[in-house]
Amino acid sequence: MSIPCRKVFSETILEEAKKDASIMVLCTDSRGSVMIGDFADELPEQFVEVGIAEQNSIGIAAGLANIGFKPYVCGPACFLSMRSAEQIKVDLAYSHSNVKVIAISGGVSYGALGATHHSLQDIALLNAIPDIKIILPSDNYQTIMLTKELLKEEGPVYLRMGRGAVPDIYQEGDSFQIGKANVLMEGEDIGIIGAGETVYYCLEAGRKLKSGGIHATVADLHTIKPIDKDTLHSITRKVKKLIVVEEHSINGGLGSIISSLYSEDTAVTVRKLALPDTNMVTGSSNEIFKHYGLSVDNIIKNVKELLKK
Amino acid sequence: MEHLEKKAQEIRKNLLNMIYEGQAGHMGGSLSSTDILVALYYDIMRIDPKNPKWENRDRFILSKGHCVEGLLCILADRGYFDKSILHTYSQYQSILIGHPNNKVPGMEVCSGALGHGLSIAAGIALGAKRKKMDIRSFVLMGDGEQAEGSIWEAAMAASNYKLDNLFAYIDRNQLQISGTTEAVMKLGDLRAKYEAFGWDVSEIDGNNMQQIIANFYEAEKNKGKPHLIIANTIKGKGVSFMENNVKWHHGVPTKEQLNEALQELGGVRS
Repeated sequence: MSIPCRKVFSETILEEAKKDASIMVLCTDSRGSVMIGDFADELPEQFVEVGIAEQNSIGIAAGLANIGFKPYVCGPACFLSMRSAEQIKVDLAYSHSNVKVIAISGGVSYGALGATHHSLQDIALLNAIPDIKIILPSDNYQTIMLTKELLKEEGPVYLRMGRGAVPDIYQEGDSFQIGKANVLMEGEDIGIIGAGETVYYCLEAGRKLKSGGIHATVADLHTIKPIDKDTLHSITRKVKKLIVVEEHSINGGLGSIISSLYSEDTAVTVRKLALPDTNMVTGSSNEIFKHYGLSVDNIIKNVKELLKK
Repeated sequence: MEHLEKKAQEIRKNLLNMIYEGQAGHMGGSLSSTDILVALYYDIMRIDPKNPKWENRDRFILSKGHCVEGLLCILADRGYFDKSILHTYSQYQSILIGHPNNKVPGMEVCSGALGHGLSIAAGIALGAKRKKMDIRSFVLMGDGEQAEGSIWEAAMAASNYKLDNLFAYIDRNQLQISGTTEAVMKLGDLRAKYEAFGWDVSEIDGNNMQQIIANFYEAEKNKGKPHLIIANTIKGKGVSFMENNVKWHHGVPTKEQLNEALQELGGVRS
């Protein structure tokens, strides 16, 4: 257990911005929640406070990109994705503006703050917009490496991170490529697929299953759009049953995306473990995860059920 | 000045022809805003049509993107792309669609969802200031468009960052698709509203070339605030049966109406 991904993002972007004056960070009165205060203090000329105005933050970023900056708009995922959805669609994706949307405290990170602060629709919404990529890093090291990859990426990207500290999955030397999934375990019985914070649960479930004699392939689909069909197809050549675990509404997220990929392949079964189409029970993000079955035990239970079928 | 006025009439004729040929378009607002666009593209803005991505160019954003026809005719006339492409407007697989699209050389961004342009233009102006580049950022908004809340987010930010290199024009033709702006959603005293947001506000006859140009060079001298120019215009300007007639917000003329309009604008196709 280390520090939140948003913290390592802000440290990485500060370090990179010191070397690259074209990096511009924008925030929406969110420097505390993004943990970007040090950046604002150290590089005021590369920082823009937009205030509580998400639509304007994306529009201003599109203008900054037009003039040659590499803008990173940072704010809570719930507001950035939905309040400024049309600006993301038109000013960024349609216009192919080189702007990165850094969405923090995604999913149910804000726990008991309720549905206003949950972003369980962002992937569904953005996946239907052409020409924007969607990335969910799963741990600190991957966040650092994908943040560095983003700098080389021309065009709009939505990167969503959680609020809390997450356990380490990767180690120094592991490599990541935007658009390319990482296979963490290989097994021939079943596939378990996650993105963002659920990857750790998938991996833990895979380890426990292994000790019980069930061999799972576990994959981290950090890039949800464009979906890595090649890796998924290489998995489904070996295993015909997949469980997709995600911190998103059951409607339109990673599970839906993978289900549609195999909608005409009757040999592949996709089971979705996601959050139901309802407003969440009051609780911390851990409690919400547990309540709706985003847990190691429930993944294992579902694996066993699926294997009996 | 006379050559600019002539140019505006020529552009009006071209855009009418283009709308007729493409069988789609927004006549009224394109005709009301023609003089402003001609003033910007033939006098005020520092641009290089041979090098549309020239780093130091002034930028223009058409926030009221539905009035793209006049802008397309101007970009073609200035040499950003071949004039023959204008004949493909709204046709199958054309790059010229009913709203600005930045696949077209000279078009900075895609626009047409109202209420977006002022933020983008503010971002350009802010970026130019941060880079210490002498670049002016221009945006043309509609008056009906002022009901979009995002405009007021941008108005606040532009003033906060003292973007005196930002010039925002409102094509104040008093009409929007459902009727007069005051009947649909009262705009009231726009000058007072923008002044309260900290803007330098001026008001002109937006169909008077001399006023448009003289006002710009005056406004540019006022430092420390973004500039809002309320350009009072006539919707459908130049074609008597279209003027101040909300029916022509969009719509395609018949062949007879086209010919009548072209006659009023001083002759046949240019």
